[in-house]
Amino acid sequence: MVLNNIEKLIEKYNNAETTLAEEAQLRDYFTGSDVAPHLEHYKPMFVYFSQAQQEQYTKDVPLKPKKTKMYQWISVAAVAVLMLGLIIPRILGPSQEERRKKELAMETYNKAMEALSLVSIGMNEGKEQLNSLSLVSENLNQGLEEASRLSEFSKATNRIFKNK
Amino acid sequence: MKQADFVSLVMPFKDKVFRLAKRLLVSREEAEDATQEILLKLWKNKEKIEDYKNVEAFSMTMTKNFCLDRLKSKQAQNLKIVHSNYTDNNASLQKQVEAKDSLNWVSRIMEDLPEQQKIIVQLRDIEQYDFAEIAKMLDMNETAVRVNLSRARKTIREKLTNTHRHGIK
Repeated sequence: MVLNNIEKLIEKYNNAETTLAEEAQLRDYFTGSDVAPHLEHYKPMFVYFSQAQQEQYTKDVPLKPKKTKMYQWISVAAVAVLMLGLIIPRILGPSQEERRKKELAMETYNKAMEALSLVSIGMNEGKEQLNSLSLVSENLNQGLEEASRLSEFSKATNRIFKNK
Repeated sequence: MKQADFVSLVMPFKDKVFRLAKRLLVSREEAEDATQEILLKLWKNKEKIEDYKNVEAFSMTMTKNFCLDRLKSKQAQNLKIVHSNYTDNNASLQKQVEAKDSLNWVSRIMEDLPEQQKIIVQLRDIEQYDFAEIAKMLDMNETAVRVNLSRARKTIREKLTNTHRHGIK
Protein backbone atom coordinates (compact mmCIF):
# COMPACT_ATOMS: atom_id res chain seq x y z
CA MET A 1 0.00 0.00 0.00
CA VAL A 2 2.72 2.41 1.09
CA LEU A 3 4.94 1.21 -1.69
CA ASN A 4 2.21 1.67 -4.24
CA ASN A 5 1.68 5.17 -3.01
CA ILE A 6 5.39 5.92 -3.15
CA GLU A 7 5.66 4.62 -6.68
CA LYS A 8 2.85 6.88 -7.75
CA LEU A 9 4.48 9.80 -6.01
CA ILE A 10 7.79 9.06 -7.69
CA GLU A 11 6.09 9.11 -11.04
CA LYS A 12 4.52 12.45 -10.23
CA TYR A 13 7.81 13.65 -8.78
CA ASN A 14 9.67 12.94 -11.99
CA ASN A 15 7.11 14.95 -13.88
CA ALA A 16 7.54 17.77 -11.38
CA GLU A 17 3.89 17.61 -10.39
CA THR A 18 4.28 16.87 -6.71
CA THR A 19 3.46 19.40 -4.05
CA LEU A 20 5.90 20.31 -1.32
CA ALA A 21 4.02 18.12 1.15
CA GLU A 22 4.23 15.10 -1.14
CA GLU A 23 7.91 15.73 -1.66
CA ALA A 24 8.40 15.81 2.07
CA GLN A 25 6.64 12.45 2.24
CA LEU A 26 9.02 11.05 -0.35
CA ARG A 27 11.99 12.45 1.47
CA ASP A 28 10.83 10.84 4.70
CA TYR A 29 10.42 7.51 3.00
CA PHE A 30 13.79 7.54 1.29
CA THR A 31 15.80 8.79 4.21
CA GLY A 32 14.24 6.04 6.31
CA SER A 33 15.80 2.61 6.65
CA ASP A 34 13.43 0.35 4.72
CA VAL A 35 13.47 1.32 1.08
CA ALA A 36 12.18 -1.12 -1.50
CA PRO A 37 15.10 -2.63 -3.45
CA HIS A 38 13.86 -1.53 -6.86
CA LEU A 39 13.67 2.08 -5.64
CA GLU A 40 17.06 1.92 -3.98
CA HIS A 41 18.69 4.14 -6.57
CA TYR A 42 16.51 7.08 -5.52
CA LYS A 43 17.87 6.92 -2.04
CA PRO A 44 21.13 8.81 -2.51
CA MET A 45 19.24 11.58 -4.27
CA PHE A 46 16.91 12.29 -1.40
CA VAL A 47 19.53 11.70 1.23
CA TYR A 48 21.76 14.15 -0.58
CA PHE A 49 18.99 16.71 -0.80
CA SER A 50 18.25 16.58 2.89
CA GLN A 51 21.94 16.68 3.69
CA ALA A 52 22.62 19.60 1.40
CA GLN A 53 19.98 21.46 3.33
CA GLN A 54 22.12 21.33 6.45
CA GLU A 55 25.04 23.22 5.05
CA GLN A 56 25.50 26.57 6.67
CA TYR A 57 27.23 29.81 5.99
CA THR A 58 29.59 30.30 8.87
CA LYS A 59 31.71 33.20 7.79
CA ASP A 60 31.21 36.54 9.45
CA VAL A 61 30.15 39.43 7.37
CA PRO A 62 31.82 42.68 8.32
CA LEU A 63 28.88 45.02 8.54
CA LYS A 64 30.07 48.51 9.10
CA PRO A 65 27.62 51.27 9.78
CA LYS A 66 27.50 53.57 6.84
CA LYS A 67 30.03 56.30 7.37
CA THR A 68 28.99 59.79 6.62
CA LYS A 69 30.94 60.54 3.55
CA MET A 70 31.01 64.27 4.30
CA TYR A 71 34.74 64.44 4.86
CA GLN A 72 35.55 62.77 1.61
CA TRP A 73 33.45 65.27 -0.27
CA ILE A 74 34.83 68.36 1.40
CA SER A 75 38.02 68.20 -0.63
CA VAL A 76 36.02 67.74 -3.78
CA ALA A 77 33.88 70.73 -2.93
CA ALA A 78 36.96 72.84 -2.23
CA VAL A 79 38.50 71.95 -5.56
CA ALA A 80 35.23 72.66 -7.32
CA VAL A 81 34.95 76.07 -5.71
CA LEU A 82 38.53 76.86 -6.64
CA MET A 83 38.04 75.84 -10.24
CA LEU A 84 34.84 77.83 -10.47
CA GLY A 85 36.61 80.83 -9.02
CA LEU A 86 39.28 80.56 -11.68
CA ILE A 87 37.07 79.72 -14.59
CA ILE A 88 34.04 81.95 -14.19
CA PRO A 89 35.79 85.34 -14.50
CA ARG A 90 37.62 84.04 -17.55
CA ILE A 91 34.44 82.90 -19.20
CA LEU A 92 32.46 86.00 -18.41
CA GLY A 93 35.42 88.30 -19.20
CA PRO A 94 35.62 92.01 -18.32
CA SER A 95 32.24 93.72 -18.32
CA GLN A 96 31.24 96.52 -20.80
CA GLU A 97 31.75 99.24 -18.26
CA GLU A 98 35.18 97.99 -17.38
CA ARG A 99 36.10 97.94 -21.04
CA ARG A 100 34.88 101.54 -21.51
CA LYS A 101 36.84 102.64 -18.46
CA LYS A 102 39.92 100.99 -19.83
CA GLU A 103 39.51 102.77 -23.18
CA LEU A 104 39.05 106.07 -21.42
CA ALA A 105 42.15 105.48 -19.39
CA MET A 106 44.08 104.65 -22.53
CA GLU A 107 42.88 107.82 -24.23
CA THR A 108 43.85 110.07 -21.36
CA TYR A 109 47.17 108.29 -21.16
CA ASN A 110 47.82 108.86 -24.83
CA LYS A 111 46.87 112.51 -24.58
CA ALA A 112 49.13 112.99 -21.61
CA MET A 113 51.94 111.30 -23.47
CA GLU A 114 51.45 113.61 -26.45
CA ALA A 115 51.48 116.66 -24.27
CA LEU A 116 54.53 115.45 -22.44
CA SER A 117 56.37 114.72 -25.65
CA LEU A 118 55.60 118.25 -26.86
CA VAL A 119 56.99 119.60 -23.62
CA SER A 120 60.08 117.45 -23.99
CA ILE A 121 60.65 118.79 -27.50
CA GLY A 122 60.47 122.32 -26.05
CA MET A 123 62.81 121.29 -23.31
CA ASN A 124 65.33 119.98 -25.81
CA GLU A 125 65.23 123.28 -27.70
CA GLY A 126 65.77 125.14 -24.45
CA LYS A 127 68.65 122.83 -23.68
CA GLU A 128 70.34 123.74 -26.97
CA GLN A 129 69.98 127.43 -26.18
CA LEU A 130 71.44 126.71 -22.78
CA ASN A 131 74.40 125.13 -24.51
CA SER A 132 75.08 128.30 -26.45
CA LEU A 133 74.71 130.25 -23.21
CA SER A 134 77.30 128.09 -21.56
CA LEU A 135 79.60 128.76 -24.52
CA VAL A 136 79.03 132.46 -23.97
CA SER A 137 79.78 132.07 -20.28
CA GLU A 138 82.98 130.21 -21.12
CA ASN A 139 84.06 133.10 -23.37
CA LEU A 140 83.12 135.48 -20.64
CA ASN A 141 85.30 133.61 -18.20
CA GLN A 142 88.20 133.68 -20.63
CA GLY A 143 87.61 137.42 -21.05
CA LEU A 144 87.57 137.82 -17.29
CA GLU A 145 90.87 136.00 -16.94
CA GLU A 146 92.39 138.18 -19.56
CA ALA A 147 90.94 141.24 -17.79
CA SER A 148 92.57 140.10 -14.51
CA ARG A 149 95.83 139.72 -16.36
CA LEU A 150 95.29 143.29 -17.64
CA SER A 151 94.68 144.52 -14.11
CA GLU A 152 97.92 142.80 -12.98
CA PHE A 153 99.66 144.56 -15.79
CA SER A 154 98.15 147.91 -14.83
CA LYS A 155 99.32 147.33 -11.22
CA ALA A 156 102.82 146.75 -12.46
CA THR A 157 102.73 149.93 -14.58
CA ASN A 158 101.38 151.90 -11.60
CA ARG A 159 104.34 150.72 -9.48
CA ILE A 160 106.72 151.81 -12.21
CA PHE A 161 105.06 155.15 -12.33
CA LYS A 162 105.38 155.55 -8.56
CA ASN A 163 109.05 154.70 -8.61
CA LYS A 164 109.66 157.37 -11.20
CA MET B 1 17.38 50.02 10.17
CA LYS B 2 19.90 49.00 12.77
CA GLN B 3 22.44 46.25 12.47
CA ALA B 4 20.49 43.94 14.73
CA ASP B 5 17.34 44.36 12.66
CA PHE B 6 19.27 43.68 9.53
CA VAL B 7 20.87 40.57 10.92
CA SER B 8 17.53 39.20 12.08
CA LEU B 9 16.08 39.91 8.67
CA VAL B 10 18.93 38.25 6.83
CA MET B 11 19.60 35.34 9.18
CA PRO B 12 16.80 33.05 7.96
CA PHE B 13 17.98 32.96 4.39
CA LYS B 14 21.70 33.60 4.43
CA ASP B 15 22.37 29.85 4.38
CA LYS B 16 20.08 29.50 1.40
CA VAL B 17 22.00 32.20 -0.40
CA PHE B 18 25.23 30.44 0.43
CA ARG B 19 23.97 27.05 -0.73
CA LEU B 20 22.70 28.43 -3.99
CA ALA B 21 26.02 30.20 -4.55
CA LYS B 22 27.88 27.02 -3.78
CA ARG B 23 25.68 25.01 -6.11
CA LEU B 24 26.56 27.37 -8.94
CA LEU B 25 30.16 28.24 -8.12
CA VAL B 26 31.08 24.81 -6.70
CA SER B 27 33.99 26.09 -4.68
CA ARG B 28 33.27 26.82 -1.05
CA GLU B 29 35.53 29.86 -0.95
CA GLU B 30 33.92 31.36 -4.01
CA ALA B 31 30.50 30.74 -2.55
CA GLU B 32 31.49 32.39 0.71
CA ASP B 33 32.78 35.42 -1.12
CA ALA B 34 29.61 35.60 -3.16
CA THR B 35 27.43 35.35 -0.08
CA GLN B 36 29.39 38.08 1.64
CA GLU B 37 29.07 40.24 -1.43
CA ILE B 38 25.30 39.72 -1.55
CA LEU B 39 24.87 40.46 2.14
CA LEU B 40 26.99 43.59 1.89
CA LYS B 41 24.97 44.75 -1.07
CA LEU B 42 21.81 44.27 0.94
CA TRP B 43 23.35 46.10 3.87
CA LYS B 44 24.38 49.01 1.71
CA ASN B 45 20.85 49.37 0.41
CA LYS B 46 19.20 48.79 3.72
CA GLU B 47 17.10 51.93 3.38
CA LYS B 48 15.45 50.52 0.30
CA ILE B 49 15.08 47.03 1.70
CA GLU B 50 11.83 47.85 3.42
CA ASP B 51 10.23 48.63 0.08
CA TYR B 52 10.71 45.10 -1.16
CA LYS B 53 7.83 42.81 -0.46
CA ASN B 54 9.90 39.69 -0.31
CA VAL B 55 13.50 40.30 0.63
CA GLU B 56 14.32 36.63 0.57
CA ALA B 57 13.12 36.09 -3.00
CA PHE B 58 14.88 39.26 -4.00
CA SER B 59 18.12 38.09 -2.45
CA MET B 60 17.88 34.72 -4.17
CA THR B 61 17.44 36.44 -7.52
CA MET B 62 20.41 38.66 -6.71
CA THR B 63 22.49 35.62 -5.80
CA LYS B 64 21.55 33.83 -9.00
CA ASN B 65 22.48 36.83 -11.14
CA PHE B 66 25.67 37.49 -9.22
CA CYS B 67 26.86 33.92 -9.52
CA LEU B 68 26.03 33.67 -13.20
CA ASP B 69 27.93 36.89 -13.83
CA ARG B 70 30.82 35.50 -11.87
CA LEU B 71 30.83 32.31 -13.88
CA LYS B 72 30.65 34.25 -17.09
CA SER B 73 33.61 36.43 -16.18
CA LYS B 74 35.61 33.39 -15.12
CA GLN B 75 34.90 31.72 -18.40
CA ALA B 76 35.82 34.84 -20.31
CA GLN B 77 39.18 34.82 -18.58
CA ASN B 78 39.51 31.19 -19.52
CA LEU B 79 39.82 30.30 -15.87
CA LYS B 80 38.05 27.46 -14.20
CA ILE B 81 37.03 27.82 -10.63
CA VAL B 82 39.13 25.30 -8.81
CA HIS B 83 37.61 24.13 -5.64
CA SER B 84 39.38 22.62 -2.74
CA ASN B 85 36.63 21.42 -0.50
CA TYR B 86 38.81 18.93 1.24
CA THR B 87 37.00 17.34 4.10
CA ASP B 88 38.65 15.84 7.09
CA ASN B 89 36.13 13.53 8.62
CA ASN B 90 38.59 11.11 10.08
CA ALA B 91 36.18 9.65 12.54
CA SER B 92 34.31 6.57 11.35
CA LEU B 93 35.50 7.34 7.86
CA GLN B 94 35.49 3.75 6.78
CA LYS B 95 31.81 3.42 7.53
CA GLN B 96 30.77 6.57 5.76
CA VAL B 97 32.81 6.02 2.64
CA GLU B 98 30.21 4.01 0.82
CA ALA B 99 27.25 6.23 1.63
CA LYS B 100 29.30 9.31 0.99
CA ASP B 101 30.38 8.03 -2.36
CA SER B 102 26.85 7.74 -3.66
CA LEU B 103 26.03 11.14 -2.24
CA ASN B 104 29.04 12.57 -4.01
CA TRP B 105 27.67 11.04 -7.13
CA VAL B 106 24.51 13.05 -6.77
CA SER B 107 26.43 16.27 -6.29
CA ARG B 108 28.64 15.47 -9.26
CA ILE B 109 25.61 14.72 -11.40
CA MET B 110 24.11 18.01 -10.35
CA GLU B 111 27.29 19.79 -11.34
CA ASP B 112 26.81 18.55 -14.86
CA LEU B 113 23.29 19.90 -15.17
CA PRO B 114 22.71 23.10 -17.11
CA GLU B 115 22.80 26.13 -14.85
CA GLN B 116 19.09 26.83 -15.10
CA GLN B 117 18.22 23.31 -14.01
CA LYS B 118 20.83 23.40 -11.28
CA ILE B 119 19.23 26.50 -9.83
CA ILE B 120 15.75 25.06 -10.04
CA VAL B 121 16.67 21.77 -8.39
CA GLN B 122 18.51 23.68 -5.71
CA LEU B 123 15.54 25.93 -5.02
CA ARG B 124 12.92 23.22 -5.18
CA ASP B 125 14.42 20.02 -3.84
CA ILE B 126 16.86 21.46 -1.38
CA GLU B 127 15.36 24.78 -0.29
CA GLN B 128 11.78 23.68 -0.88
CA TYR B 129 10.34 26.82 -2.33
CA ASP B 130 7.03 26.49 -4.07
CA PHE B 131 6.73 26.92 -7.78
CA ALA B 132 5.26 30.39 -7.66
CA GLU B 133 8.21 31.65 -5.64
CA ILE B 134 10.75 29.99 -7.90
CA ALA B 135 9.04 31.40 -10.95
CA LYS B 136 9.24 34.86 -9.45
CA MET B 137 12.88 34.51 -8.43
CA LEU B 138 13.95 33.34 -11.85
CA ASP B 139 11.59 35.51 -13.81
CA MET B 140 10.09 32.53 -15.61
CA ASN B 141 6.58 31.16 -15.75
CA GLU B 142 5.61 28.20 -13.60
CA THR B 143 5.21 25.78 -16.46
CA ALA B 144 8.74 26.44 -17.63
CA VAL B 145 10.00 25.86 -14.10
CA ARG B 146 8.13 22.56 -13.94
CA VAL B 147 9.44 21.41 -17.30
CA ASN B 148 13.01 22.24 -16.33
CA LEU B 149 12.65 20.59 -12.96
CA SER B 150 11.18 17.47 -14.47
CA ARG B 151 14.04 17.26 -16.95
CA ALA B 152 16.61 17.76 -14.23
CA ARG B 153 15.06 15.13 -11.98
CA LYS B 154 14.90 12.62 -14.79
CA THR B 155 18.52 13.27 -15.70
CA ILE B 156 19.61 12.76 -12.13
CA ARG B 157 17.58 9.59 -11.86
CA GLU B 158 18.92 8.16 -15.08
CA LYS B 159 22.52 8.85 -14.20
CA LEU B 160 22.07 7.45 -10.73
CA THR B 161 20.47 4.31 -12.12
CA ASN B 162 23.37 3.90 -14.50
CA THR B 163 25.97 4.17 -11.78
CA HIS B 164 23.97 1.75 -9.69
CA ARG B 165 23.87 -0.80 -12.47
CA HIS B 166 27.58 -0.44 -13.00
CA GLY B 167 28.03 -1.84 -9.56
CA ILE B 168 25.93 -4.89 -10.38
CA LYS B 169 26.70 -5.69 -13.97
